[in-house]
Parts: sequence; structure tokens; C-alpha cells
Amino acid sequence: MSHLVLGFDLVIVAGLAWLAWQALFDRHRFSAVVHFMAFGLVMALVWVRLDALDIALAEAAIGAGVTGALLLAALGRLPATSGHAPGWRDSQWPLVLLALVTTLAATLTLAWVAWQLPRPGLAAPIGEALPNSGVNHAVTAVLLNLRAWDTLLEMTVMLTAVCLVWSLGPALMPYAPATSLPGLPALARLLHPLFLLVPAYLLWRGSHAPGGAFPAGAVLGAGGVLLVLTDAVPWMHEPRRQPLLRLLLAAGVLLFLAVALGGVLLAGTFLVIPASVAGTVILAVEVAAALSIALMLMAFYLYGEPGR
Amino acid sequence: MTEWIAGLGPWLIAAGTLFFFAGSLGLIRFPDLYARLHALTKVDNLGLGLICLGLACQASGLAAALKYLLVWGLVLIASSISATLIASTAMACGLRPHQHRPAMRTGTTKESHP
Repeated sequence: MSHLVLGFDLVIVAGLAWLAWQALFDRHRFSAVVHFMAFGLVMALVWVRLDALDIALAEAAIGAGVTGALLLAALGRLPATSGHAPGWRDSQWPLVLLALVTTLAATLTLAWVAWQLPRPGLAAPIGEALPNSGVNHAVTAVLLNLRAWDTLLEMTVMLTAVCLVWSLGPALMPYAPATSLPGLPALARLLHPLFLLVPAYLLWRGSHAPGGAFPAGAVLGAGGVLLVLTDAVPWMHEPRRQPLLRLLLAAGVLLFLAVALGGVLLAGTFLVIPASVAGTVILAVEVAAALSIALMLMAFYLYGEPGR
Repeated sequence: MTEWIAGLGPWLIAAGTLFFFAGSLGLIRFPDLYARLHALTKVDNLGLGLICLGLACQASGLAAALKYLLVWGLVLIASSISATLIASTAMACGLRPHQHRPAMRTGTTKESHP
């Protein structure tokens, strides 16, 4: 039985490497994007095999789903002649080889470092700190309390990405065939209650089981992206609603920062959450973060600054 | 009764896998986009239905079993609508359905870009 499991793991790893190679080096851009989405799904399987269900959920929803659809939607806007990437020029080959050698060396170094890590890992210290963190699920405790700094930076990176996308120019209107057919708008409307129910469930689960802000934001964002693609959120384009839109986009980061500064006032240390209010504070931050993540994912699909 | 249902599970999953295999074969072998959509939306969804039913037979309780079936229902809705979208976009892009019997295959079919 263990041989079968080992064989399955090896097949997954080989498939992952092959999909990554195809996603990077396939000349046909559509094919490269499809390989990228398949890579995300296989990667989610890898996380499941490593017992990291939270990361698997986020990888499947954001890595494969939302990012893949973003790349596909961007590809649909490119002129038909750019379906193939140009081949490598002769002068580029040394750089390509250098990149390959660097990647290989970094992979080997990382594998060696991972081999050297202390064996039981950090599970025991986290288990000891869990009663004071305000939640019962170790991953949520690490993400929003013990290592909240990392999560705050991740949210800031996403907000910066939205700023970058918006700096490209005015927002683009959705692609015509999608809105002229009745199927997609009907699907977006029909499934929207579920797109609200599932994130609420994931958020509520986050305190004691795999779930939490990132998967919830991804599912909510997926529903929102369907609405953006069918041109069903006209308020995002109205100039007078722009301050509200920007406030909601930044809400997750702002609330996180407020909590961090509150830690300075109450306990004297940045990002320390007192154990008595930790559960409530973490829930509030998670709700704001999920809403902001969902809105940021929708904002990517505008391909530019709305209301301009 | 419950043992009988749990014993049915693996057989349903095996049958579902067979349908997925047939669907993948169709995706590779069928002559044009419209025929491939049939392989993806009909055969694969039947396979998924059988697998979800098989998993539901082995589920720990009624709530978990219903969740598996909900997954199938949602995929059915999404795949039927995406198949319509792909087919009508391909039609609008001027991709003609393949009319001949696949005795002599004429060249490679074009990929459709949405």
C-alpha cells in the first residue's frame, strides 16, 4: 500500500514539473495558460497530500481559478496574431541557461535546507500558544495572530497589485459576446446566493477548521468576477462611487493596521492582540479581509482604473 | 442495508472513472470543437455523477452525502452554461461544425479563442 502511495506522489511531482515547464515554455499562449491552470489544480492536490487543506483551498480557488480566468480573459483581449509567443533569439540563450542553472541550484539548496529542518517542526509551540490566540484552528491562529505581520504584508501586496493594474489606463468594458448571450448573466444571478452563502460558511469555519479569510474572499471574489464579466456591477464605474470603492478595497489593510496600532496602545507591542478580545478582533479582521480580497480580485478584472 | 450501500460505492466510482477515460479519449480523438464539447459535457459529467454518487455512498452521514451531490449539481449547471458559451462563441467566430464522417481527417482543427 505504501508503495502505491509513493508511486502516486511521484506521479504528482513529475506531472507538476511537466505542467510548470509547459506553462513557461509553450509557445502557444492559450495552451500555456491552460497548463498553468492545470498546474494550480495539481498543486492543490500536492497541498492535500501534505495535509495543508487551507493552502489547497486557497491554491485551487485563487491560483487555478481566479488567476487562470484572469489570464484567459486577458488573452481574449489580445489581437489574434499574438497567439504565439516569439521564439528565443540567439542572444537570449545564455540568459535562459543561466536562469535554468539558477533555478536548479536554488531548488537543490531549498531541498537540502528542508532536509535539515528540525524534525517535529513548530507544531508543538503553536499548540501551546493556541489557547491564548482566540481561535481553535492552528492555521488561522498562525495567519491572524502569531504571524499576522506576514498576512498584513500579503494584503498590502495585493492592494499594490490593484494599484498597478489600475495605473495601466481606464477600465475596459466586458467583452461583447459574454454579455450578448443570456447564459452567463443568468448563471451569475442564479448562483449568487451560493456565492454569498459559501464564503460565510468558510469564514465561520475558519475559527476551528480549514477555511478562513483567503478561501472565503476567493469564493466571494469568484462570484463577483462573474458579475464583472457580465457587466452587472455598474456602480464600480460611477465616478461618485469611487471613494467608497477605494475605501472598501483598503478596508482589510486599514482594519489590520488599526488592530496592529491598537496592540501598541494596549500592550506596548505592534500587532499584539490581547487574549481577552482576540476571538472578536480576529473575526472582524477576517470579515474585512475577505471583503477586501473579493473586491480586489474583482478590481483586477477591470483591467484599468474605473470612473476615468 | 448500510453495508450494502457502502459496498456499492467502489463500483460506482470505478464506473465513473471508466466514463472519464472515455470522455478524455473523445476529447483527444473527436474531429472538431463541437464534438469534443459533447465528450467533455456529457460523458465527463456522467462520470463525475457516478463518482459523486459512489463517494456519497461511503460518506459518514447524510449531510456529507448531500454535499457530494451538491458538487455534482453545481458542476452540471456550470458546465452546461460554459459549453453553450464556448459553442456559440466558436459559431460567432466562424468555426463550422465538421460535417463528414471521420474516415478521412482533414488537417488539424483550429483552437477557439474566446
